[in-house]
Amino acid sequence: MTKRLRLFLPLDSVAISLGADELAVALVRTAEEQGVEIDIVRTGSRGLHWLEPLLEVERNGTRVGYGPIDEQEAGDVLTALVADGSHDKCVGPVEEIPFLKNQTRLIFGRCGITDPLSLRDYQNHGGLDGLHAAQTMRPSTICEAVLDSGLRGRGGAGFPAGIKWKTVSEAAADQKYVVVNADEGDSGTFADRMIMEGDPFLLLEGMIIAGIATGATRGYIYLRSEYPIADDVLKTAIRRAYDEGMLGADAGGPGHPFDIEVFVGAGAYICGEETSLLNSLEGKRGEVRAKPPIPALEGLYGKPTLVHNVITLCSVPLILAKGSTYYRDFGMGRSTGTMPFQLAGNIKHGGLFEAGFGVTLNQLVNDIGCGTRTGRPVRTVQIGGPLGAYLPTSLFDLPMDYETMLANGAGVGHGGLVVFDDTVDLMNQARYAFEFCAEESCGKCTPCRIGAVRGVEVIDRWRSGEEPEQQRAVLDDLCEVMVDGSLCAMGGMTPIPVQSAIKHFPEDFKPTKQTNLAAE
Amino acid sequence: MAILKEFDFGTPKPKTGKMVSLEIDGFRVEVEEGASVMRAAATLGISVPKLCATDSLKSYGSCRLCLVEIDGQRGTPASCTTPVREGMKVSTQTDRLSRLRRGVMELYISDHPLDCLTCSDNGDCELQDMAGVVGLRDVRYGYDGENHLDTEKDQSNPYFDFDPSKCIVCSRCVRACDEVQGTLALTVDGRGFDSKIAVAGADFFDSECVSCGACVQACPTATLQEKSVVEHGVPERTVLTTCAYCGVGCSFKAELKGDQVVRMVPYKDGGANHGHSCVKGRFAFGYATHKDRITEPMIREKITDPWRVVSWDEAINFAADRFKATQANYGPKSVGAITSSRCTAEEVWLVQKLVRTAFGNNNVDTCARVCHSPTGYGLKQTYGTSAGTQDFDSVQDADVIFVIGANPTDAHPVFASQMKRRLREGAKLIVADPRKIDLVRTPHIQAEYHLPLMPGTNVAMINAIAHVVATEGLMDDAFVKERCDLSSFKEWFNFIVSKENSPEAIAETMGVPAQDIRQAARMFATAPNAAIYYGLGVTEHSQGSTMVMGMANLAMVTGNIGRRGVGVNPLRGQNNVQGSCDMGSFPHELSGYRPVTDDAARATFEKAWKVRMDNAPGLRIPNMFDEACAGTYRGMYIQGEDVAQSDPDTQHVEAALTALDILVVQDLFLNETARFAHVFLPGTSFLEKDGTFINAERRINRVRPVMKSKTGKEEWEVTQDLARALGYEMGHQSASGIMDEIAALTPSFSGVSFTTLDEKGSVQWPCNEDAPDGTPIMHVDEFVRGKGQFVVTDYVPTEEKTNRKFPLILTTGRILSQYNVGAQTRRTANDTWHDEDLLEIHPADAETRGIRDGHWVAVRSRKGEISLRAKVSERMQPGVVYTTFHHPETGANVVTTELSDWATNCPEYKVTAVEVTPANHKSPWQERYELSTDEMRKVLSPGANPLAE
Repeated sequence: MTKRLRLFLPLDSVAISLGADELAVALVRTAEEQGVEIDIVRTGSRGLHWLEPLLEVERNGTRVGYGPIDEQEAGDVLTALVADGSHDKCVGPVEEIPFLKNQTRLIFGRCGITDPLSLRDYQNHGGLDGLHAAQTMRPSTICEAVLDSGLRGRGGAGFPAGIKWKTVSEAAADQKYVVVNADEGDSGTFADRMIMEGDPFLLLEGMIIAGIATGATRGYIYLRSEYPIADDVLKTAIRRAYDEGMLGADAGGPGHPFDIEVFVGAGAYICGEETSLLNSLEGKRGEVRAKPPIPALEGLYGKPTLVHNVITLCSVPLILAKGSTYYRDFGMGRSTGTMPFQLAGNIKHGGLFEAGFGVTLNQLVNDIGCGTRTGRPVRTVQIGGPLGAYLPTSLFDLPMDYETMLANGAGVGHGGLVVFDDTVDLMNQARYAFEFCAEESCGKCTPCRIGAVRGVEVIDRWRSGEEPEQQRAVLDDLCEVMVDGSLCAMGGMTPIPVQSAIKHFPEDFKPTKQTNLAAE
Repeated sequence: MAILKEFDFGTPKPKTGKMVSLEIDGFRVEVEEGASVMRAAATLGISVPKLCATDSLKSYGSCRLCLVEIDGQRGTPASCTTPVREGMKVSTQTDRLSRLRRGVMELYISDHPLDCLTCSDNGDCELQDMAGVVGLRDVRYGYDGENHLDTEKDQSNPYFDFDPSKCIVCSRCVRACDEVQGTLALTVDGRGFDSKIAVAGADFFDSECVSCGACVQACPTATLQEKSVVEHGVPERTVLTTCAYCGVGCSFKAELKGDQVVRMVPYKDGGANHGHSCVKGRFAFGYATHKDRITEPMIREKITDPWRVVSWDEAINFAADRFKATQANYGPKSVGAITSSRCTAEEVWLVQKLVRTAFGNNNVDTCARVCHSPTGYGLKQTYGTSAGTQDFDSVQDADVIFVIGANPTDAHPVFASQMKRRLREGAKLIVADPRKIDLVRTPHIQAEYHLPLMPGTNVAMINAIAHVVATEGLMDDAFVKERCDLSSFKEWFNFIVSKENSPEAIAETMGVPAQDIRQAARMFATAPNAAIYYGLGVTEHSQGSTMVMGMANLAMVTGNIGRRGVGVNPLRGQNNVQGSCDMGSFPHELSGYRPVTDDAARATFEKAWKVRMDNAPGLRIPNMFDEACAGTYRGMYIQGEDVAQSDPDTQHVEAALTALDILVVQDLFLNETARFAHVFLPGTSFLEKDGTFINAERRINRVRPVMKSKTGKEEWEVTQDLARALGYEMGHQSASGIMDEIAALTPSFSGVSFTTLDEKGSVQWPCNEDAPDGTPIMHVDEFVRGKGQFVVTDYVPTEEKTNRKFPLILTTGRILSQYNVGAQTRRTANDTWHDEDLLEIHPADAETRGIRDGHWVAVRSRKGEISLRAKVSERMQPGVVYTTFHHPETGANVVTTELSDWATNCPEYKVTAVEVTPANHKSPWQERYELSTDEMRKVLSPGANPLAE
């Protein structure tokens, strides 16, 4: 009898969609056949998507990876593992893979390593340190710490988190709330999902700390319906947190209750906008509210509410555990800390890359992502979701931080990068931006409701050669109305991909067929 | 003679009381903190373009036309959702803003039909106005893009159409339904470009919509449009007047084209309704021109004869001669009159004046006898005034609202909407009603306690509540000590703390758990402001007056009198029921509730009227019927009242009317009572009247003639003519002059005149030297009678008891779309909602009797029997059945009894012991009615010889 093998395999959605569950079953079956004793720990994902399913084995205190592994290969790999471990698919010690080694994992430090549903594992890896620190601090001191850290909202707007915390904290009310925006709808983004699936207690800890700081006693996680695994993981983690007393009557310290509930959305992109989200959470139509009043003062059910993206709250425990100065030293300028960049689209090595602000697009796309998956030249990257700018390679040396991106008509957004090769038609992409807006607009304000539909039509007319100059002028006016006139960022940002595409890729904006409007 | 357009400030007026100063387009303006920039601009006369904003609704920020620029602020915020700040500098007109507004409008029009010239809203359309304001000249998107132009119309509602092709999705209709009406029947379905206004159900008629018209009024385009505007076109002129339906007294703009009323639009400055309406006032005015309307006088020798159209003179003289002959033969007290709460105060005044002068007795009573007379009696005894203590707006400050025996969402819908708004804001609700009325559970509202008490046990309940207050230390001792009569309090206290008044002792009688009563009592007593609202479920009992005093006791002992948010508030049934009481159309009281036995009061009248007046109280309505049957009372003048349908024990009423030598009916229609009449004097509808209606909050509202009288005479003139023919000259020249006489002879009205009313809009009496602007809240520093009087209110069960023969209790009421005897509403499309009276019965009672929903059933009491169809409903509790009395052929009052309030003779409509059985035929009374109804109303065609019949 050989010794027991301790294997690690992600329960992450990407790994599962690539066959991780089937692999797990095959491993168990083969192990029985081969008379090998194995334990499989289902972890989060390391975020090296091209290697998923990535099977890891612990060997002399080091995790060695194999991937991607097909269920057919289970027997093979198992045989290799029982022997000296050498196998074609062996990628060596996982931590030494450059994609992982070059990251600064302040948030995703445990993701892929620990059992996401084990509170003990969480604690053994530094979990709850932030909460324990917060429990000894005054609410105002916690708010100050968050403010000092320079942490900005990771949902896209980049608003200083500490100011929000202070506002909610200082608002007088009989009830306050912490609401987590986990309606991660941007194309090419998955950081929220990965952390919720891979390290759910981190989010719960961040929420409890926010509760202590603001005086909120109830938290809601507004989760998009497309994340069933995150839903399962979160709910199990919450149940265990209650069992262990991490949540409930004394969550924030003796006599300081905090409760958390998961609320699953109904599939509307607009519910990622915070006021729509609050309406949806209240059981109403997911429609944008005019601001003011800001949610920090009149949010859920009209009560002061701290609304944050998942990653923002997941950044908090470390700030409390290690201090704001420690956190502030990462990043650059007014963009402090780290950002989990999500490399997607036409990219060879896609996945999650957490790094301090200041990393360049070139580094992310070419050095880390290794260019396109098709092998063709990179032509553009869309940054920050479907309403983000298309940037040309000539701007790839710009550092990724809030201010630089803004100065170049772009935004960091939620850190999603979608890569396109030289076959992309930017006029088509511009049209798609309007199409997306038309599909996802809540319909409340006129510029977004009607403007998006007209945007598609104008581009179609332009493309068909119908008075292209006129269409260009109409499009410019439409973009101005949408930017300045829309009620929320949905309509207000739709022109960003459109105008960036026109600006940087004017050669794509020409009629594809010449209609003959010959002078008569 | 022009259309009255009310100024729209765009967003509601805040109530912060703090002023903020800012600069808009270079002009300084001070407005209340919390106001929007749009509202601030509007106060300067600067109209920022807008479509989704209107000052009856919370700001919403969807149309994006009202964008402005603010110094030091990025972007172009919407002025409707941006609150003012001290020192703010705002620009409402810049090149950038013009460009944006035009751009937004260009988008709107790219999805809107271009049929302005043929559109029903042409000239009255905000979209059209705004397109002009922003200077839209070109829609560069063309009209071939995606659009909604082919969406189907919904014409299911009898009064308005919904044409979604014209909809701009501003949500004003949805928000009006939510915020103003509180029904939440509308929503936006779909999202983005597919967003559309929708109802739950197949169409508007099939939905929860209550047709209040708020959505139609809110719609800035022709999307929601009155059918009457589609038919007649946009109205040209406005006459401000007052609704003639319930006691809320809504102010309306009658909008006309020539003499044609195109629509009735609730008036924003209306003190009672603040721009809201219900399906009756808003839409059901067509009866005024219904073909059944009789506009010429008619007479007949005997009630078995057909009617003969005659001249006014002939009719008046015929009536006068008969009255004179009757008095000559049977004495001066053998005749009398009944006034109507549907007529103006001035008209009522003249009828009681006629009785007291020309008839020379006090035999005048009003229909309040059968509804709110216990209110008058009870509140007079305890507080000193026969009227409610508050104005409607007071409810906005109530923390606990106790609704007893009233169904406001059906019977007082516009006030119900205001009450519901307060409840949605968080006020707590207690409902005491045998039925699960809508308020018990309705969108965003749920009563904390519903006390489904057995009909007839009100007094036991109010005593038990007061018992809890008195025994659990929940009394407002300071209030009692300072404001109330202490000896009466001590007597009452000793009575109320006794064991037999405890919730536990009466729980079984009431059929409500003692614990619920205790909790409700605690909630009521400990609220900062607790208010009682009640209706006929309180008064129409053998202990109606006792119950009113019981409520008055409770309000006093908990200190809930004399400020906003509290009070004892009767919800009056008819438009002028308060007024008809105020006018002294009572056998025992002169105007202002002064006894006829009061020599000094009588003397002022005798001096003014130059007659000797009888100092003995006259007959009440039920006494009139009894004495008619006995043969001692033989002549009657009934104005605007249909006793043969509305009064209890129909067969007794019919016998009484049949026995009269002379019955004069003055009405719009040949109503049920007119079947027994000898003279028919055509009356005028509220659209023809000049005068005042006085609503439940003592508000004197002007009723102005919207069209010429269809009868050629004003109604008061006819009364004056009759008096003259009887030998008494009144000498009035105008309705305004009548009010002057009322003011001169009634201390609480001494400051009232048409001039004052026209200036102030309305006033609430008392309006005199002490209170020139009227009195919204009464008993503020002291009670009208001085100290508040506690009255011992022993619970005495009614004699009407269930037994093996009659095991169920029948209680009656009304529903939203119909009004009272239905004479008006049955002659409008309101009948579409409720074209027959139904018997509501609990499923358990239905099952044991083999009754299914929709089946015909017979309802039998010791008084009579009727047949109608059953509606099996969980709203009922077992043992109690319910019906309405809107349709004469049903004859609901055939089964009600002769029992009445001990103090005022208000009939006990709410408690009749009955049995219900499946039926397959009409009842004998109904069969008789069917056979005789046409015959009794037959009118000879002009020129026909009556002798030839």
